[in-house]
Amino acid sequence: MSNTGRKLFGVIAAVAAVGVLIGLYVATWATSQPAIVVASAAPPSSGGSQLTLETVAAIGPKYSPSHPDWVSYLVRRNGKWVRSTVYQVPANSVVHVTIYQYDGDSGLRNPFLSQVQGTVGGTETVDGKTTRAIPPEEASHTFIIPQLGVFVPLPGVAEEAKNQCEFAPCEGTAHRTITFSFRTGKKGKYRWQCFVPCAAGFIDGFGGPMQTFGYMDGFINVV
Amino acid sequence: MAETNHARRFVTIWLVCSLVALPLVIFVLGPILPPGKASAEASGQVTDNTVLLAMATPVLLLVVIYLFYAIIAFRQPKGGVLEGPAVRGDARLQTAWIVITSVLVLSLAAYGTIRLEQGYGAGSGNGPTPLVVPKGPKLQVQVIAQQWAFTYRYPSYGGVETTHLELPVGQTVELHVTSIDVIHSFWAYQLGIKADANPGVDNIIFVKPTTEETFEIHCAELCGVWHGYMYDHGHVVSQGAFETWIHQQQAYFAPATKVLPPYAKTYTPEPTRRAE
Amino acid sequence: MSTTAAAAPTPQPVGRPLWRRLVGFNLLTAVLLGIGGYYLGWFIGHQIDGKSFEFREKIDENDVALLLAYIFGVFGFLIGLGFANYPVSRLLGRPPSLREKEEQGIGRYFGLCTDHKVVGIQYLVGIGLFFFIGGLNAMLIRTELLKSSPTFVGPNQYLSLVGMHGTMMMGMMTSGILGPFANYFVPIMIGARRMAFPRIEALTFWLLMAAGFILTSTLFFGGFPTGWTGYAPLNDQAVMGMDSYIVFFALVGISMCLLGLNMMATIITMRAPGLTWSRLPIFVWSVFATSILMVLAAPMLIATLSMAALDRTINTSFFVAGGGGSSYLFENLFWFFGHPEVYILALPGFGIVLELLPVFTRKPLWGYRLAVSGMLGVSLLSFFVWQHHLFVSGINADLRPFYMLSTEIISIPTGFIFMCVMGTLWKARTSFSVPMLFCLGWTFNFLIGGLSGVFLSDTPSDTTTHGSFFVMAHFHYTIMGGLIFTFFAAIYYWIPKMVGLKFNERLAKIHFWGMFISFNSTFLPLFVLGMEGMPRRVSFYEPKLHTLNVWVSISAFVLGLSMLVFLVNVVYSLIFAKRKAEANPWRSKSLEWQVPTPVPINNFEQIPIFDSDPYDYGVPPLTVGGSAAAPAGV
Repeated sequence: MSNTGRKLFGVIAAVAAVGVLIGLYVATWATSQPAIVVASAAPPSSGGSQLTLETVAAIGPKYSPSHPDWVSYLVRRNGKWVRSTVYQVPANSVVHVTIYQYDGDSGLRNPFLSQVQGTVGGTETVDGKTTRAIPPEEASHTFIIPQLGVFVPLPGVAEEAKNQCEFAPCEGTAHRTITFSFRTGKKGKYRWQCFVPCAAGFIDGFGGPMQTFGYMDGFINVV
Repeated sequence: MAETNHARRFVTIWLVCSLVALPLVIFVLGPILPPGKASAEASGQVTDNTVLLAMATPVLLLVVIYLFYAIIAFRQPKGGVLEGPAVRGDARLQTAWIVITSVLVLSLAAYGTIRLEQGYGAGSGNGPTPLVVPKGPKLQVQVIAQQWAFTYRYPSYGGVETTHLELPVGQTVELHVTSIDVIHSFWAYQLGIKADANPGVDNIIFVKPTTEETFEIHCAELCGVWHGYMYDHGHVVSQGAFETWIHQQQAYFAPATKVLPPYAKTYTPEPTRRAE
Repeated sequence: MSTTAAAAPTPQPVGRPLWRRLVGFNLLTAVLLGIGGYYLGWFIGHQIDGKSFEFREKIDENDVALLLAYIFGVFGFLIGLGFANYPVSRLLGRPPSLREKEEQGIGRYFGLCTDHKVVGIQYLVGIGLFFFIGGLNAMLIRTELLKSSPTFVGPNQYLSLVGMHGTMMMGMMTSGILGPFANYFVPIMIGARRMAFPRIEALTFWLLMAAGFILTSTLFFGGFPTGWTGYAPLNDQAVMGMDSYIVFFALVGISMCLLGLNMMATIITMRAPGLTWSRLPIFVWSVFATSILMVLAAPMLIATLSMAALDRTINTSFFVAGGGGSSYLFENLFWFFGHPEVYILALPGFGIVLELLPVFTRKPLWGYRLAVSGMLGVSLLSFFVWQHHLFVSGINADLRPFYMLSTEIISIPTGFIFMCVMGTLWKARTSFSVPMLFCLGWTFNFLIGGLSGVFLSDTPSDTTTHGSFFVMAHFHYTIMGGLIFTFFAAIYYWIPKMVGLKFNERLAKIHFWGMFISFNSTFLPLFVLGMEGMPRRVSFYEPKLHTLNVWVSISAFVLGLSMLVFLVNVVYSLIFAKRKAEANPWRSKSLEWQVPTPVPINNFEQIPIFDSDPYDYGVPPLTVGGSAAAPAGV
C-alpha cells in the first residue's frame, strides 16, 4: 500500500473506532430496559399462567437508587419480588393475575375507568368480593392493557389503616388483594399502564413514575 | 441567434413536460391521493391536494428542468477560464416573475380560504366557535383525550362513555375534542379529520362519513411516553348497527355512567396542579 | 490584569513549569469553576427546597437545585474562561484593553480569544462536534424505526433521542453559518479589522459550548419527553431532564441574540469607506437579515422558557389550564420565536448560495436588488405567520384565513431567491467544483422543501399533514437540504482561506454525491409516510408502512456514512496530507480572497476603499449607440 493509502486507511480506522465506541455507549443507554419476567405456571386446576404483582407507595433505595420515593409495580419471580414491568405470557391462553395493593388511594381523573372491562366474566375479586366496578375515589392504581381491552381498577388501602408499608418489598403490611383473569390472543407486544394520577409531586399526577418505563408502565409480551 | 435558441428551447421543453405531467397528476394521481374518500371532508382534501399538486407541478418542473438545462448547456469547457456575460438583471423579467408568483400565491390563498369555510373547517379543529356551521341535525360526540387513551362520550345517549368510536354512516357528526391533562391531537386518518385536544378547550370538528369502513385513530401531538401507542380503530357502521351498538354500550357501562361527572364541554378533574 | 500585559503579550519564556502554565483564565480553570458552580448551585437549591445535601443518595425531583446548578455552573465556566476580567478591571478603574490572547499559538483556540477569525474556527469545530452527536441520535431513531413495533429502544429513551436530536440540531445549527463563517468573513468582507464587540463574540461561542454540554447531560437526569418544541403542560410534568432542555435553549437564545446584535452593529457601523449598502456582498446582506430575526425572536424564547421553568419550580400556572393558565399561551409564545427561528436557519443558506454562484459561474449576481428585497421580505414577513403551526389547535376560526394568506405570501420573497439563482446560471460558464455542487443540491432540495410548505400552508391540506411525517419531510428538506448543504458548501469553499489547506477532491465528491442521493432517498418517502397517516415522534406505526420505513432507515444509514466520509476527509486532508492551498484557488473577486493566506492578525495593512460590489465578473455586453442593455445593479 502506498504512503497515502496507508495514511488514509489509518484515518478511516481511527474515525470508525471512535465512532463505534461513542455509538456503543449511547446505544447501551438507549436500550437499557427492565428485565423480562416470564409468568409462572398457574395451579393445575385453573390452567393457563399466573402473574403475581404488587404495587407500593414508595419503591425504596434498594430497588431504585435514583428514585427511592416513586410508586412502582413489582412482580414475583421465583419467590422474590423484582422491579420489572415487562411480563411474558403465552398466546391464546388465560392469564390469572393476583395483585397485592399496598398503596393508598388517589382517585381517578376519569371516573369512567372505575368499571372493570375485558376480564374473564367482566369482574375482579377484591379481598374475596367479586365486583364490576369500584368507587372512583378509592382507586389507587389501575392495570390497563388498552390493546387487549383489559381495564382493571385497583382500590387502595384506606388512609386511616394501621401498619402501612413504607418501602418495597411489602410483606405483612396493610394491603388489598385483587385477582382477575384475562385471555390473550395473538402474539405481540402490548403495552400496559396505570391510569390513576399516582405520581406524587407531578402535575396532574402523571409525571415521574407514571411516565417512566419500569415503574407504572410496561409491556405484556405475548409469545 | 444563440440567445433565442436557449430561451425558446428551454421553454419548449418545459411546456411539453408540463403538458404531459399535468393530466397525469390531475387524472391519474389525483384520485388516489390521500386521505381517501371515506368522508366528505376527506374527499374535499383529496380535491384540494390535487389542485395544489397541479399548481406545484409546473413550478417544480420549471426549476428542475432549468437546473438540468443550465448544467448541461452552460458549462465551463475543461480547464477553461472563460467568463460569462455580465448581465445583472432584467427589469421586465423580474416584474413578470413577481406578478406571476403573486397571482399564483394569492389565488391559492383565496382557494384555500373558500375550501376551508365551504367545508366547515375541512375536517380540522375549529375551536369553540366555528365560523360556519353545517345545517341540520348533528350527532354530538365528545372525544376525551387523556394520557394515554381516547375515550368517547355520547351526550344524546345518556352521556355514556365508551372506549371505541363508532359513527353512523351518512350523518353529520359534531365532534368535541378536549383533553383532561396535556395537549393531545385526535386524528382519524381515513375520515380526514384532526383536532388538537387542549386542556380546558372545546375543539369542534364537523365530519360526515360517507362509507362504512374502519378508520385509524392516532394521537398526533406528542403527549408523553405512550404517545405513539395512543392509537385505535374506529368504525363507521349503518344507522341500525350504530343504534344497536350504542344501546348495548349504555347497558354495559351503566355502573360507570353513574359515577361520571355530568356532560360538559370541558373538564378539569383533580388533581390539576401538583398531586400531593 | 495590568495594561502592559494586555498591550504587549509577552512570549512565555521556555521552561516554565507545567503548573504555572495551567494556572490562569483558561479552559481548565473554566471547567473546574464550572463544576464548582454546579455543586454550589445544587447545594443552594437543596437548601431552598428543604432537602438534604446528600444529593448522591436522594437525587429526587429537585428542579430548583438542577436549574441553579446549571446556572451557577455556566457562570463559573464563563468566569473561569476570563469573561469577567474586562468588566471587573473596568469597574476597578483600569484602562480598557482591547484584544486578548490573540497571538499565543494554538492555545488561543481553547479559550477566550477576541480575534474573530479564531472564534470562527472555534465555532466550526464546536458546532461540528454537536452536529455529529445530533446525527448519532438520528441514526438510533432510524434503527428503532426499522420495525413497526417497539424493539430495542425503551419508550422513554426513544422520546429522549427524538428530543435530543431535534433540540441539538435546532440549537446548534441556528448559528451554523453565522457562527463560523459570518464571524470569520464578515469583517473581512466589509473591510474592517475586527467585529464591533469582540468579547461578546467570543461569549456567544462559549455559551453555545456550555449549552451543548448541558443538553447532553440530560441523559443523566432521565431525558425529556417533549421533543424540541417543549410544549406545556407536558414540559411541566416531565422529570428533571427537562431542565437541561430549558437551560440549553435559554443559553442558545442568549447566544443567538448577542450574535445577531454583534453582526448588526458590525455591518451597520464598521463598513469601510465606499462600501455603500448597494455594494454590500449578498452574504453580508443575508447575515444582516438573519441578525434582525435573531435579535427580535430569541428574547421571546428566553422569556417563554423562564415561564416554563417557573411553572416547574414554584408552581405558577402560566401554562396549566387547571390553574387558570393556557396551554395555547406556550404554543403561541414558542412559535412566535419558532417561526422566525426557521427563517434564521434558511436565510444564511440563501446568502451562501448567492455568494458562491457568481464565483463558479463567472457572472455577476443576477438581480442583486431582487435578492436583497427577497431576504428582507422573508425577514419581515416571518413574524406574521406563526399561527400556521396552530391551524388545527382550535384557535379562533377567523384567524386561519389570515395566517393562511400570510404564509402563502411569504413564498413570494422566497421565490425571488430562486429567480436570482436561475438568472445567475443563465448562459454561465459553470465549473462544477464541490462548493458549486452543494449549491446546486441546495437549489433542488429547497425547491422541494418550499413547495411542500405550500401544501402545509393550505389549511384543508394541513388537516391531514399536520403533526405527521409530511411535516418532518418538509422541514428536513428546508433545514437539512437547505442549511446543511450550504454549510458544507461554505466549508469546502472557505477552508482553503481559513486554514490554508486543500481538501481531497475525490473524497469531497464522494461525500457530496453520497449525501445528495441518500438525503433525497431518505426524506422523499417521508412525504408519502406522512400522507399515509404516520404521526411524528412515534416508534410504533401501522404495519402497512413497514417497507417504506425500512427503505428510509437504510438510506439514513448511508447518509450517516457519507458524513463519515466527510470526517475522514477532514482528518486526512487537514491533519495528514496538508497540501497547501493558493491564496485564491477559486479566482474569486470577493475581498476575503484578496488578502493573503493565512489572514494577517489585523486583516488588512490598510483599510481598503470600495468602488464596486464584488460581482465584477463577466464580459460586459457591447452597447452600440444606446441599445437597451440591462442596467447595472438591478
